[in-house]
Amino acid sequence: MASIRITGRRVDGFTLINTIIMLFICFITIYPVWYAVVLSFNDGNDAMMGGVYWWPRVFSIESYRAMFSHQGILRAFGVSLFRTVVGTVTHILFTAMVAYAFLQRHLTGRKLYMTLGVITMFFNGGLIPTFLLIKNLGLIDNLLVYILPSMFNFFHLIIFQAFFREIPKSLEESAMIDGMNSFGIFSRIILPLSMPVIATIALFQGVWHWNDFFFGIIYVNEMDLQPVATYLYRVIAQNQSSQMMVNMPAAISRSAVTSQSIKMATMVAATFPIVLVYPFLQKYFVKGLLVGSIKG
Amino acid sequence: MLKQESLLTRLSRQKALQAMAIPGLIWMIVFNYIPMYGVIIAFKEYRVINTIGNAPWVGLTHFREIFRDTDFFLTMKNTLGISLLKLLIGFPLPIVFALLLNEIRTIRFKRWVQTVSYLPHFLSWVVLGGIMIPWLSETGFINELLTKINPGREAVPFLGRPEGFWMLSVLSDTWKEMGWGAIIYLAAMSGIPPELYEAAVVDGANRFHKMRYVTLPCIAGTITILLILAISGILNTNFEQMLVLNNPLNNDASNVIDLYVYRTGIRGLRFSYSTAVGLFKALIALVLLMGANGLSKKYQGRSLF
Repeated sequence: MASIRITGRRVDGFTLINTIIMLFICFITIYPVWYAVVLSFNDGNDAMMGGVYWWPRVFSIESYRAMFSHQGILRAFGVSLFRTVVGTVTHILFTAMVAYAFLQRHLTGRKLYMTLGVITMFFNGGLIPTFLLIKNLGLIDNLLVYILPSMFNFFHLIIFQAFFREIPKSLEESAMIDGMNSFGIFSRIILPLSMPVIATIALFQGVWHWNDFFFGIIYVNEMDLQPVATYLYRVIAQNQSSQMMVNMPAAISRSAVTSQSIKMATMVAATFPIVLVYPFLQKYFVKGLLVGSIKG
Repeated sequence: MLKQESLLTRLSRQKALQAMAIPGLIWMIVFNYIPMYGVIIAFKEYRVINTIGNAPWVGLTHFREIFRDTDFFLTMKNTLGISLLKLLIGFPLPIVFALLLNEIRTIRFKRWVQTVSYLPHFLSWVVLGGIMIPWLSETGFINELLTKINPGREAVPFLGRPEGFWMLSVLSDTWKEMGWGAIIYLAAMSGIPPELYEAAVVDGANRFHKMRYVTLPCIAGTITILLILAISGILNTNFEQMLVLNNPLNNDASNVIDLYVYRTGIRGLRFSYSTAVGLFKALIALVLLMGANGLSKKYQGRSLF
């Protein structure tokens, strides 16, 4: 095979073409996202003339200022933050606790509990019966709808259990001799040792909470209780023009902001937290995903 | 001591443990099993004034209606069309990507490409929609680009017509999930013993031979399992994606079963009928899963259960 020399190393044709393909894939992956970032930092009216591709032509942060001075959006971000933090923490504590309990051989009823759980992985009531349940529980237009129905997940339980099994039994035994009960062992010994699996599940669940817009559409009618993803859904997919352009504070120069540029700024702000976090958790979630796929 | 303890003594000895397990049981009963019980409204005439228990039974009325419902057949066609295209394009691409990425020898570059390839998986469909919808509009980026290449062509509102919608939904979904889908294959590849490659080299194998005769056979099991899962999920279109990309102009190609259930049920308040549609869909999915699993067991000796 023909080979050329790049920076002193021999590179054959295959590697060269393969590297180009990989760079191309990276480009088409990043560029659409980058384009949104560029538009969000470009003067809104200037962007409407077109031709802004790589870098903001007329740099402006007015769209962000407009966004963050808008009560509705701030509240939506607040709801997103609330459901992501509270929803993820309760999900982890609850699912991990049940996972630990269901794992104990001497637990009476263990077989029944596990069987009931496995069934939920294959069957569910579907959209309408679930909706009726939520309605009957009084969770419509209630912030708890973001927490309770997603507090537990049997797939995640299996990932937790696979991790717990690797923890040496001797640790639990010596704690038991010291008179600690199951809950003490779980909270003081098992949980602190489980940070890798907690990081994995926290990422999965946190991303789901932050990105989910469907709960906000189906279970919440009150705008004030909807997360930013649902807000974006209304603006983007249903083309409802935002209230933002109407009651904008005078301090923001209207000429620099369009509904499009605010939309972009909101999208970028709504994506930023996740993009910041996931690369650092990569080695954890790859492992967690594998355990989940082997067992599931 | 061989004496059997009574259930009560055993339970009282594991008070703390049961106190941790029972909340899980209660959660599953409330949020999983009560909705499963609620599926019986597919055989009843449930209205907002009823409870699930006291609504009158109507037998298979709703299921007979499904077969007379032209909207249902349209949504079935769209669901199958999109899913089959996805199986054809979206299923093999992560494998190809993983194969190629596996050949990259510079570890840092490889890791970097992988990190980048996960990015779209973490984007919400809403955000992706916010990028796609303006790009694909008549005055958008894509039309601008195509007109530059071919100045004579007319601009096309890509999302404003049914034609080509299936392909767009498959391509955008593939864009989003290709890197994520490759994780499992890459992990399977990293588990292949290096001796196999060394032996292949001794036998005169080049790179393509190694890919074809070592790597692919070693991940065939993983591919089979994921294929069975993909086939059983053929009636599940990506609901969030469809909610974002569907609009009245492309509805003829984008109205899928899940969307139909949502609209007739939650918005149209036909709770019983849409539950019947959902149940019918779940039944077909179960048959498909069994079928795919059986075929794989017979011809490949591998199966999910």
